[in-house]
Amino acid sequence: MSIADEIKEKLKEKIVDWYQHSSRRIYFSVKPKDIKEVARFLFRELGLRFAIATGQDTPQGLEILYHFSFDKTGEIISARVLIEDKKNPEIDSLATMFPAAEWIEREMWELLGINFRGHPNLKRLLLAEEWPEGKYPLRHEHESR
Amino acid sequence: MNLKLRALTKSIWVFHAACSPCNNCDIEILDLITPRYDVERFGIVLVGSVRHADVLLVTGVPNYKTKERLKKLYSQAPQPCLVVAVGNCACARVMFKDSYNSPCAVDEVVPVSVYIPGCPPKPEAMIAGVVKLIQKVRGKK
Amino acid sequence: MSHKVIIPIGPYHPLQEEPELFRLYVEGEKVVDIDIVIGYMHRGIEELSEHKHFDQVAFLVERICGICSSSHPYAFVLAVEDILGGEVNVVPERALYIRTIIDELQRVHSHLLWLGLAGHFIGYNTVWMWAWKYREPVLDCFEMICGNRNHYGMSKIGGVRRDIRDEDIPVLKKALDDLTPAVDMFKGAVMDDPVIQARLKGIGVLTKQQAIDWAVVGPTARASGVNIDVRRDDPYGAYDRVNWNVIVEKDGDVFAKTTVRILELYESVNIIRQCLNKMPKGEIDANIKDVPPGEGIGRVEAPRGECFHYVRSDGTNRPIRHKIRAPSFMNVASNKVAAVGGTISDAAITLAAVDPCYCCTERLIVLDKRTDKKMMNGWDLIKLSQEKTEKLRKGTI
Repeated sequence: MSIADEIKEKLKEKIVDWYQHSSRRIYFSVKPKDIKEVARFLFRELGLRFAIATGQDTPQGLEILYHFSFDKTGEIISARVLIEDKKNPEIDSLATMFPAAEWIEREMWELLGINFRGHPNLKRLLLAEEWPEGKYPLRHEHESR
Repeated sequence: MNLKLRALTKSIWVFHAACSPCNNCDIEILDLITPRYDVERFGIVLVGSVRHADVLLVTGVPNYKTKERLKKLYSQAPQPCLVVAVGNCACARVMFKDSYNSPCAVDEVVPVSVYIPGCPPKPEAMIAGVVKLIQKVRGKK
Repeated sequence: MSHKVIIPIGPYHPLQEEPELFRLYVEGEKVVDIDIVIGYMHRGIEELSEHKHFDQVAFLVERICGICSSSHPYAFVLAVEDILGGEVNVVPERALYIRTIIDELQRVHSHLLWLGLAGHFIGYNTVWMWAWKYREPVLDCFEMICGNRNHYGMSKIGGVRRDIRDEDIPVLKKALDDLTPAVDMFKGAVMDDPVIQARLKGIGVLTKQQAIDWAVVGPTARASGVNIDVRRDDPYGAYDRVNWNVIVEKDGDVFAKTTVRILELYESVNIIRQCLNKMPKGEIDANIKDVPPGEGIGRVEAPRGECFHYVRSDGTNRPIRHKIRAPSFMNVASNKVAAVGGTISDAAITLAAVDPCYCCTERLIVLDKRTDKKMMNGWDLIKLSQEKTEKLRKGTI
């Protein structure tokens, strides 16, 4: 059974959306509350490697794409979540499950303002201490000019 | 210019200060002491502490974390200390001038005597830059 | 005891008296904890990308790192070509071979660079000088093909910017022929030396499970037995058209990481030779004018590991989101488990073994765990590391 079929079978109704862009690029959407369960399945049960997570500011809300790599076939499976509340965006942290997520969650917190519940070490990674609170460089309302 | 500085031009001690570089200029600076270019035969030595430096080689574009440190470093160097900006980023910020994390250029933090442009400047260009610095200090045209 | 003189080299010095990058907490001789603080290199490139058009972004991302200078633009270009339908469907065949040759030449120069620095860290300055001396002809090759020793400016969406002329090929082949005996010499000098083996074996171990949990990539992962390599798993360029091997070791220590890199040098030379022989004549550029809306992911195996780019386009001439993940982002974080438990004299080489984009191993500070008082800086650590080698050589430990 291919990786895509295994995911579809196990996660069933958790999958809100599914898009296969090409033979090695798959994107599917889940609700923010399910992300921990989905990540646990992908990382622990299927043995995928966590590549990175991309946070972006879209008109519908703050979107996070968790990119997982299946190295045997070269597929990249990206799980998408959309956090609609832009004033107080929150989601469960994956860092307690695998330490590889620690740094990228800190980066998304300081550049986009997303709070990761349960993160063991949520403090600044890249920005200087003097950088003002509440100013998120990757949010589109931030003007750098 | 200063008599002490003129005396020092016989053997310049250089401290390498990297702000936020991509490391290319830094590697080309290190290349200068490898066998092909070997600037140590000119008496140019890379020192480990800024308190021994005659010349400060600055690379990279200063960001919020490194700007204050550059200022502090310059104040710790024994005067007169000349600053050489190596690479396009240190000279003028170039493609990073619109970045949210880049508050100013190097010459707004410390006074720069010689600009060596290039991305990265070839080792030959750096040697030429240092020669120009020496000539400037000795008062030659 | 003779006082060892260290050749102080550029970025290995703290930018100020109290640097902050790696805070090593020690109790006695042992490292008990490590706090890694980055951000000194942060220039806001992802945000800048959103304000430049696609052609300019390739030049911008080249400047993320000077050593993996072709990996980042290549990964970016692959991400955009993913939106367009895949590299192999968009790019002419000759360009695939040229991209591969540039990528592998870059790997050669990067591994030689690392070899030199690692040699310096453990006190073998001759290795440093010779490794960098043999690196120069590789840089000359780049200058001949691309016009610049370091930032090549070769990657373009749909192809490459410059061609490799017929008269360049014998020059490249000669450079490769001259390189092979040099790599043999390094292999003998480094891997067969009993002092280096005693110095590096068992140091800075990253177990296979730790490598998986921290999702490390590149030689750092392959040295711990994790058999991943983007060139084989998710092929791009001409890697699936030539024969080569993935080097995997299982011990996970600094010696294993050194072995992986030296043996990869042979593979790189082999790949370049095959590409030069097989490269067909033809176009080098598909002349792409527009990028349709969509998302794409491109990744390449940089000398340090998987370099990952994600690009999202809305049909205009700029990316609306460009995510960049350099391999060192995953590898440097793993030092939390690799350096802890070792001694301070091994700290410098352990931190350098993941081959961080080298600006990271500067700015080291060592603090006493109980008093939180600063004990020594990065320069002292390198000195300690070199002294340990000297003791091993004399047989006093």
